[in-house]
Order: sequence, then structure tokens, then C-alpha cells
Amino acid sequence: MQTPLYQYTLPGGAHWSFRMRRGTALRLTDQDGGANVGMLFYNPEEKLERYNAPDSLKGQHTFKLTRGNCLYSDMGRVFASIIEDSFGWHDTVCGNLHPRQVTEKYGEHRYQDHHNDWFLSGHTSFLTELAKYGLTERDLAANLNLFSKVATGDDGVLFFDPSAAKAGAHITLRFEMDTLVVLHTCPHPLNPADQYPKKPVHVEMLQADPVAADDYCLNFRPENGRAFENNRLYYLGR
Amino acid sequence: MIKESTLKPEDATFRETVPAGDYFLKVLKEGETCRILDLEGNQAADTLFFNADDSAERYSAVDTIREQGNVYLTADTVLRSNRNNPMLAITADTCGRHDTLGGACATESNTVRYDLEKRCMHACRDSWMLAVNEHEEFGLGKRDITHNINFFMNVPVTAEGGLTFEDGISAPGKYVELKALMNITVLISNCPQLNNPCNGYDPTPIEVLIW
Repeated sequence: MQTPLYQYTLPGGAHWSFRMRRGTALRLTDQDGGANVGMLFYNPEEKLERYNAPDSLKGQHTFKLTRGNCLYSDMGRVFASIIEDSFGWHDTVCGNLHPRQVTEKYGEHRYQDHHNDWFLSGHTSFLTELAKYGLTERDLAANLNLFSKVATGDDGVLFFDPSAAKAGAHITLRFEMDTLVVLHTCPHPLNPADQYPKKPVHVEMLQADPVAADDYCLNFRPENGRAFENNRLYYLGR
Repeated sequence: MIKESTLKPEDATFRETVPAGDYFLKVLKEGETCRILDLEGNQAADTLFFNADDSAERYSAVDTIREQGNVYLTADTVLRSNRNNPMLAITADTCGRHDTLGGACATESNTVRYDLEKRCMHACRDSWMLAVNEHEEFGLGKRDITHNINFFMNVPVTAEGGLTFEDGISAPGKYVELKALMNITVLISNCPQLNNPCNGYDPTPIEVLIW
């Protein structure tokens, strides 16, 4: 196992943002089981290019995200490929809790009374991080919710599967473009837990192996190959 | 869920036919009802809604499906905003199911989905790009073109987590009706997609009626 270029354990109910360079990887580990990572991507060179959940789902004919899937931008390119995943089914259609919903569900837990053990919402967390890059609520697109499995039953009814949570579950994203990553560790909106889940997530930044011709993600779907070709065109112009 | 409307087309205060490949942009006042009519059947109407008084508030697919606990839109669905406020209610629906997972077609995503050679085929997102630039008075830009509704489109999710694009369940004369719960800017792209069954490989006009 290679030594991470950088590592940090993000506490539960917190937010962060950073840039990842093309050819590096981000490994996230749900240390205790039951964490959620809300995540958005932007192209730091043209922030109007951002992660697009519908294009990622329809392009790969999938509702769930797991190993082999690529996370597309709205411009037909790949921000990141899921090269490793021990969890198996990540959500990207449920968004975030709003601050009012956090209060209704878990009770009021303000900074004034609880300092950094306050209860932040995913929505508040994204707005806070996005503002650091001149981005606003207009830019808050449908996000990833890693380590949260949401399936559908008959007639499209959504259900959150708490049994999917596993201590030590991990996912590795290999970045195919330079990417601004915005993330939070606030609870998934459909998590039925009655106490606000404060679940830490260990973050490791790694050097990735080059993408070989037989790469699993590149070849997982023919669409992925064409999206990689769009990345190649983008980097020709840089 | 199938629910017929009691509104009569002859009483509508506004009627306009929107050809495939065109956009439709209009403000709907709170309390007004808008019908989108699939004139010839199997036609996707890719639609975005904004708060007409503050365009930073807009239709949110994720807030809508999470709050109703269901991925499909139909009669009695409340369309919610990115601030989780009710924006419109679906008051009638003779189609029975509409998609909000699949998003709109774009020239860029067409290269990924179909072929790199399909780059220059007309697409919904290009119609919206033109709409926002031809109507700067609405204060909209690319960042406002977000995750939309595909009225009349059938995109079933499987129990195993697959997403399938099925032939439309719409037919000539099917419609969906929405009542505005705030002042709403309606932005529709009547879908020009030729590469999948969402328009039956033959995009056709829709009609918009307002009461």
C-alpha cells in the first residue's frame, strides 16, 4: 500500500473542499459504518462545468454508482472514475437535508450551545464551501451521497437501506481531470437514525496508476470510452 | 396515477403550439394552471421551472423525489424548489408517469451516449442556451440550466439499480397539468432527440395551454 500524499480524518457533520489533479486518486473510508459523504465536482478552470448526476446515470444506464462507473460533467467529460468500491451502491438522487429539516429531525443544536458539535445540514455545508469559490445556491447541483444506499421498490418508491453500512467500507475515485472537490459528512436525508449520525470519514490522496488500455472503468461501458476521448480533446486544447 | 382535468381547452386564456427543437419561455402567475399536451404522442417535453420573482430558486429534482419518496412524477406530485418550497402541483395527468432522473439531452452528452460523430445534432440544452441568451431579461445563465423534468418520458428504475429507457407510455392527446403555487417562469425544450425512443425517433409538436 503506497503512502498517501496527504491524509486527514474528516469528522462527521463537517465540510471541506480542495483541488485534485488529473492522475491522482481520492480514497474515502467510512471508519465506523453509517457515514455519508455529500460531494460535488467543478472544473476549477471553468466552474460552469460541473458534476452532472443525470448525465452520469443515463449515460451508464444505472441508478446506483459503484466500481466501473464514471462521474461525468455536463460537458460530456469524466471528472473521476470509481476504481475501487467495497460498498457497492452509492446514491446521487436524494440531495441534502435542509437546515429546518435537521432541526425537526434531530432537535436544535446551535453553535452557541454546542460549539463544533453543532448539527449542520448538508445544504448549509455546501453553501458555505461553494461561496469560497464565488459559487452560489444556483451552482448547487444534484450531489453524490457516498456510503448511502437508496434503492427503489414497486412503482418507484424510494427506500434507504441501513443494512448496507459497513465499518471500513471504502471507495477510491481516480481523477481524470483537474477537479475542485466540495464535500460534507452530514447525514443522508433519508437516514432513519433518530440521533444525528456523526460519522468520521478518513480521506487519503494518492498517486494513481496511469490509465491503461484495458482499464476497468474505461471499458466498463462504451460511453465511458467516448467520454475519456472528450477528456483527451480537452487536454489537447490546454 | 391517471387523473383527468375538468378544464376546457376553449376556455384557456393562452394556447401555443411548440414545434420540436424549439423552446417555450413564459411566466405563469400564482394560481394559474398550465397544461402541456402531447399532440401526436411519444414526445418528451424537457422542462425547467424558476421562481419568477427570484430565479435563484428553481425546480429541484432531488428535493422533489426525496420529499415525495418516489422517483416518478404524476398526479398529486408537488414539485419542490432547491429551497424545498412547493412550486407547482400536478393537478391532472393522463399519461401516468413522468421522468426526472434522466436530465436533458445535450450535444456533449450525445457524443458520450451515441457516437462522437453526433456532436452537431440539435439538443435540448442547446435550445436552453439560446433561450437564456435571447432573453437576458430573465437573468438566467448556464448555471441555471439544471436537473429538469422530462414530461411524457418513461425511464424505469429496476430493483437492481438499473436505469432503462423504455418506449414512451404517452400517446396522442395525453397531457399533464400543473398549478402554479408561486409566480413561475416556465422553460420548456420540446425535445429534438433522434437517437432514442423518447420521441419515437420522430420529434413532434406539443401544445401549451394556460387557464
